[in-house]
Amino acid sequence: MDGYLKEHPILEFKRGKKVKFFFENREIEGYEGLPVAAALHAAGIKVLSFSERYNRPRGFFCAVGKCSSCLMEVDGRSNVMVCVELLKSGMKVRRQKGKSQKQ
Amino acid sequence: MTNDKGQVLNFATSKLQTLDICVIGGGPAGLEAGIIARRLGAKVMIIDDNPVLGGQLIKQTHKFFGSKAHYCGVRGVDIAGILSKEIKDLGFDVLHNATVVGYYDDDIIGVLQHDKLLSVKARAYIFATGASENMLAFDNADLPGVYGAGAVQTMMNVYGVVPGKRAVVIGSGNIGLIVPYQLLQAGVEVAAIIEIMDKVGGYYVHAAKIKRAGVPIILKHTIIQAQGRDCVAAALISKVDGEYECLPGTEKTIECDMILIAIGLSPLCELLYQAGCRIDYIPELGGHMPLHNEDMMTTQKNIFVCGDLACIEEASTAILEGKIAGAKAHEVLYGETKQGKEIAQQAKRELSIIRSSPFEQRIVSGLSRLKPH
Ligand SMILES: Cc1cc2nc3c(=O)[nH]c(=O)nc-3n(C[C@H](O)[C@H](O)[C@H](O)COP(=O)(O)OP(=O)(O)OC[C@H]3O[C@@H](n4cnc5c(N)ncnc54)[C@H](O)[C@@H]3O)c2cc1C
Ligand code: FES
Repeated sequence: MDGYLKEHPILEFKRGKKVKFFFENREIEGYEGLPVAAALHAAGIKVLSFSERYNRPRGFFCAVGKCSSCLMEVDGRSNVMVCVELLKSGMKVRRQKGKSQKQ
Repeated sequence: MTNDKGQVLNFATSKLQTLDICVIGGGPAGLEAGIIARRLGAKVMIIDDNPVLGGQLIKQTHKFFGSKAHYCGVRGVDIAGILSKEIKDLGFDVLHNATVVGYYDDDIIGVLQHDKLLSVKARAYIFATGASENMLAFDNADLPGVYGAGAVQTMMNVYGVVPGKRAVVIGSGNIGLIVPYQLLQAGVEVAAIIEIMDKVGGYYVHAAKIKRAGVPIILKHTIIQAQGRDCVAAALISKVDGEYECLPGTEKTIECDMILIAIGLSPLCELLYQAGCRIDYIPELGGHMPLHNEDMMTTQKNIFVCGDLACIEEASTAILEGKIAGAKAHEVLYGETKQGKEIAQQAKRELSIIRSSPFEQRIVSGLSRLKPH
């Protein structure tokens, strides 16, 4: 949990409960109620998906649910915008390949 | 359209909700519009797609400056709190985490909230959806690590997570000057700010502050490539000539793990296309924009706009435009009132004072091209 800001001259961060979730079957910790993308970046994970045709790595761009650059598979559903999807305990998050097929 | 559980959603299952004025977007413009319309007596609802109200303001930790009475010296995040409290005190409906997804026949809008699709029909609409960050095309621009500057600001200031250790910022407008300063506050290195023009785009005070902090602003340069295998490892920049063409032989590599794009915003006007409002391309104001008159009325007389959607400007002007839109939407439904008229006139006066500054000439010339009726 190194990627979180601890001290800030102006802001104080109120964070939720520490929970465990899974990224590609690997167990990671994150704070409940923060977007999944924030938890992944705090854990050093920046590649969220791979592009449809050339399999190029993709990360987030807008972080406010407007651009669809951050689509991942969450609990078996594909095309979830993880920059606005809030983390819950036990969530299973996977890198998406192209458009993916899952509902 | 499907919900979280993959079930197909349709309007048939949701009851139509009717009201006087529906405000779409809970940033400074929409909040102020809602507050004014409510104070004048209308039945109002605000719909916003975030869990908390405030729009862009919630990530702005710096103190606002500029126009006299307009929250000068207050941090953006605190302005959001003040407006939200006022809404609570006035006691009207707010739909959080709710995205307006379509504008349909009979002036009905579709709203997606969690796993429900709601339908709402208002007699007048105020759109205050704001703007989204522009992307820039260069080699490898899709590599993870190339982020919108506002996106990194959200991650850092709202969630307390910085997605990198050393940044290069592209563009020296106010966002390109303020975000790097906030990165420094969060303990992140800023290698450089790259600007294609021959002068800094944003306000002098912001530029002076970031230069004092030791961050170079490299003028007459642009980014030509993001380097790295899976993620950004460096930015390749080049000098440009008077025609903004790259000069071969002037390329330089700057090591970094984030490239922040701060080259401007575009109004989010998709819903207004659906509503049949006329949209024109006015680059001075931010690109494709809904045409509107001084009363913030679009080419549809029950649809008003305000804030960054109507003109990419700043929070103080967004609030003033919100006041006008709120008062005028009320007037369309209930006729002119003394109080409403005064609010709109006062806001128009204050807007013209702000826009009389030499910094705002571009905006004034763009606004003169908005002639809808
Ligand atoms: C880094 C930075 C620094 C700035 N500094 C200053 C400053 O010092 N002084 C100043 O005056 N201004 C400043 N600004 C500008 C100011 O923040 C904006 O001009 C202002 O927030 C615009 O307000 P708005 O209400 O139009 O839009 P926004 O604040 O963008 O709010 C729009 C809201 O609508 C929501 N929305 C959009 N579409 C939908 C939909 N379909 N359904 C539901 N909700 C939707 C959005 O999610 C958002 O919450 C700064 C901006 C940035 C990014
Ligand atoms: S990063 Fe743009 S939608 Fe998530």
